[in-house]
Amino acid sequence: MSEEKKKSGLYELTKGFIKENPVFVTMLGMCPTLAVTTMASNGIGMGLATTFVLVCSNLVISLLKNIIPKAVRLPCFIVVIASFVTLIEFLMKGYLPELYSSLGLFLSLITVNCIILGRAEAFASKNGPVKSMLDGLGMGLGFTLALFLMGSVREILGAGTWFGIELHLPVTMTLFIMPAGGFFTLGVIIAVVNKLSKKKPPKELGCAACPNAAACPSYNKEGGKDE
Amino acid sequence: MKEMLVILLSAMLVDNFVLSKFMGICAFLGVSKKLDSAVGMGAAVTFVMVCAAIVTYPIYTLILVPMGLTYLKTVAFILIIALFVQIVEMFLKKAVPPLYKALGVFLPLITTNCAVLGATILNIDNEYNLGQSIVNSLGAGLGFTLALIIFSGVRQRVNAANTPEMFKGVPATLIAASIVSVSFMGFSGMFS
Repeated sequence: MSEEKKKSGLYELTKGFIKENPVFVTMLGMCPTLAVTTMASNGIGMGLATTFVLVCSNLVISLLKNIIPKAVRLPCFIVVIASFVTLIEFLMKGYLPELYSSLGLFLSLITVNCIILGRAEAFASKNGPVKSMLDGLGMGLGFTLALFLMGSVREILGAGTWFGIELHLPVTMTLFIMPAGGFFTLGVIIAVVNKLSKKKPPKELGCAACPNAAACPSYNKEGGKDE
Repeated sequence: MKEMLVILLSAMLVDNFVLSKFMGICAFLGVSKKLDSAVGMGAAVTFVMVCAAIVTYPIYTLILVPMGLTYLKTVAFILIIALFVQIVEMFLKKAVPPLYKALGVFLPLITTNCAVLGATILNIDNEYNLGQSIVNSLGAGLGFTLALIIFSGVRQRVNAANTPEMFKGVPATLIAASIVSVSFMGFSGMFS
């Protein structure tokens, strides 16, 4: 493997952690980010389940990219993704029944998680299997990191525990584990990320940031923003 | 009748899909910039949700359950929804052009809206019958529309306000959503 190839492989892996973090920077996959992060452990579970689906679907889609006709690629991608989601549902039901019941419906909804379809469309359908897997792994771990952070903040402030361990805080604000707290925490974290990255934050969710971009005809005409 | 009303109102207000179940956040943040697009998206989602409930229910009870394939429901439902959205789009284009003009641009986006898939799976998980499923989906869709419409108004004010640089754009929008969500908490415990 040449030096340059190695470098780019590493780049595909690490870009998802911070630079292109799916939640905080590209604003994808908001629904599970908000819904399951009432506890740090739920966040990690959801993140790893999504990572698994993302890596597998990126691999399969990058292998099938020349066989799938362009016109029907979205339904094909969705079927591939849904199959892996069903697989992880079974695995989790068997081995981690507690996590399975606390993630509930959102485990099935990984199917329509915009990150997965977005990566399939923007990356796996244009790159080779190894790079696609690294991309999926990086994006998935970045997503897990984001969910873990959200879950930790909300669990510590809202319930006064961390991974179920009692922290004996003087005050807890139940609001943080309620839906409203989810929106609030995410808003503040994104603001802090904006501040730290010193990058001009996107004023609006543009077309590239639109989670539905993969399915949006006018966006696809422009060819997407990804390299 | 009373039971139906309870299902409708609780799907719409108490368990609002956007503000307390966090489904369809993407569309909620993306399309709530203007009132007319919020109404259009809401109408399109409600329409597809109700139709999807009508289509998925018989497929689940008449095909998947007798064949012992209930674990395939995610795969089956998402395919049905994707297919259905395509058919609706083609049908509206031919048969009801004005409606197509109003809803057309929103339809392709609905396939990946988790609220639609979520509603169909919830109908099955809650063991609703066909009538209850339809009412539940209708309530969910109306609740989605309501949240979008309310929020499009809030958002115009937020965008006009002078927020700190780091909160500009998405963070301010999310915090506004948090406050709207607090107001919807007032509905919790209405029926139970």
